[in-house]
Amino acid sequence: MTSLPQGAGKKLGLVIDLDICVGCHACAVACKSWNSIGAAAPLSDTTPYGPEASGVWLNRVHTYEVEDGQGGFTLHFPRSCLHCDNAPCVTVCPTGASYKRARDGIVLVDEDLCIGCGLCAWACPYGARELDDATGVMKKCTLCADRIDNGDFDEADRVPACVRTCPTSARHFGDLGDPESEVSKLVADRGGAAPMPESGAGPVNRYLPPRARHAGPAPMAVGADAGQPSGFLDWLDRVLSD
Amino acid sequence: MRPAVSLVLFTSLSGAGLGALVWLGALHALGLPPRDTPFVVTSTVLALALVVAGLLASTFHLRHPERAWRALSQWRSSWLSREGVMAMITFAPALAFLGGSIVAGPGGGVLAPAGLAMVLCAVGTMICTAMIYRSLWTVPQWSNVWTVPCFLAIGLAGGALLVCAAASLGGAPVPGGLLVVALLAPPCAAAVKACAWAHAEHPAGSDLATALGMGDRLRGGRMLEAPNSSENYLQREMIFHIGRKHARKLRRSALVVGVAAPMALLAAGALAGGVAGAALTVLAAGCGLAGTLIERWLFFAEAKHKVALYYGAERV
Repeated sequence: MTSLPQGAGKKLGLVIDLDICVGCHACAVACKSWNSIGAAAPLSDTTPYGPEASGVWLNRVHTYEVEDGQGGFTLHFPRSCLHCDNAPCVTVCPTGASYKRARDGIVLVDEDLCIGCGLCAWACPYGARELDDATGVMKKCTLCADRIDNGDFDEADRVPACVRTCPTSARHFGDLGDPESEVSKLVADRGGAAPMPESGAGPVNRYLPPRARHAGPAPMAVGADAGQPSGFLDWLDRVLSD
Repeated sequence: MRPAVSLVLFTSLSGAGLGALVWLGALHALGLPPRDTPFVVTSTVLALALVVAGLLASTFHLRHPERAWRALSQWRSSWLSREGVMAMITFAPALAFLGGSIVAGPGGGVLAPAGLAMVLCAVGTMICTAMIYRSLWTVPQWSNVWTVPCFLAIGLAGGALLVCAAASLGGAPVPGGLLVVALLAPPCAAAVKACAWAHAEHPAGSDLATALGMGDRLRGGRMLEAPNSSENYLQREMIFHIGRKHARKLRRSALVVGVAAPMALLAAGALAGGVAGAALTVLAAGCGLAGTLIERWLFFAEAKHKVALYYGAERV
């Protein structure tokens, strides 16, 4: 049923620390790897090698050069499903393949019901859904439900693959519906924000903004002293120019 | 957005077919000519054929067309599902209308109520089709008040031309009332579409700062590195550039082919009469449909999706 469930209070999601993320893409690779061997059909690569390599990824890391009035900085932004409260991708689904799991709010796709119309990908403001060319069904982040649900796993492994693998611990997983959870406290402490809040989709995941930097010496502009040489080099320059 | 041929055909053909059903039902409910059985059969069959062709075209958009029947299940939340359900429902009064006309002739008692039900169902289906696009917040060119009026006005204009074409096939001149409707409907549709095009000029509300959730702190920025080295599904499907390059020229050709040409041909057909008149009227309907196809191609091709912000678009 593609109507949204009445909230059970539990909202599993990710908190991603943009201050720590170094843009190494390990989360994206771990995601691709885990979700290609799990319960669902693999994430296919239509052209895995060569200049036109293309395939499905559920997590993609963008890198931006950002101007903040303090000299600017580089921002790495891992982009994946935010498991929205009012998930527009779920309500547009004509078949009931897309659904939001009532007990913890994870947004999932039943691949046996998906007709591959692509409307859910259009409805998502965050580009979180990609149609798999090989199987013709929609793929998206499952928060690694097959890890979380698996009681045979060690407790440390019952988290999404991206969180388990992040070498800088920039990714956190937990219940954002519980104000006392570790992730909720992190969001409260650091002013965690939702991307494109104007979408009205009510994203559950939060991004912790880069910390304000201490005022320091103005960054040296590259190439500032690359004009006319002085001293010995000036003499050499004049001699060689003659 | 990538203008998929299947969707361009689906919305154009079904829209015109449904528009024709609306005029047919309205003519009968109001007791206006033409009401003879050959006309009703020709025009209703033509309209339903277009609706069916459109629906069949839409299934080519599906990667699993064998599961298409499942799309009728989620009408409580999904406009796409509602569209499918309404299209199916519309066949009931339309077939009753067709059957009634064959069995009972033009004066049959079932025709007026069936016609009226057909009008309501066809309008409802057209609204559902438009709402599939209207309800997508992610595409500002679609999620505004003009999408539904555009689909209705363009479908009705195409439908009026089709009904004229069907009427002219009988050999008799197209009745004056119907001719006036068919002459006025295309420019009215063009006026509504012009409002939509004007609305699309408004600056949209999202930029990189809001997309990243950085609000006022981010004063500017640009993409340094994309996540992928060559185009992915999102870019192919939702970040389509070709349409915007030739948009002005294509808009003009949509107006010439879809509005000016049918009006001129229809007027010429009415003056010429006979076989030549019928040929010109049929050509007018063909032009109307061709204009709709250009307009609908642009409807997709010009639309920008907000996900483009993450791939370097400045404002969507």
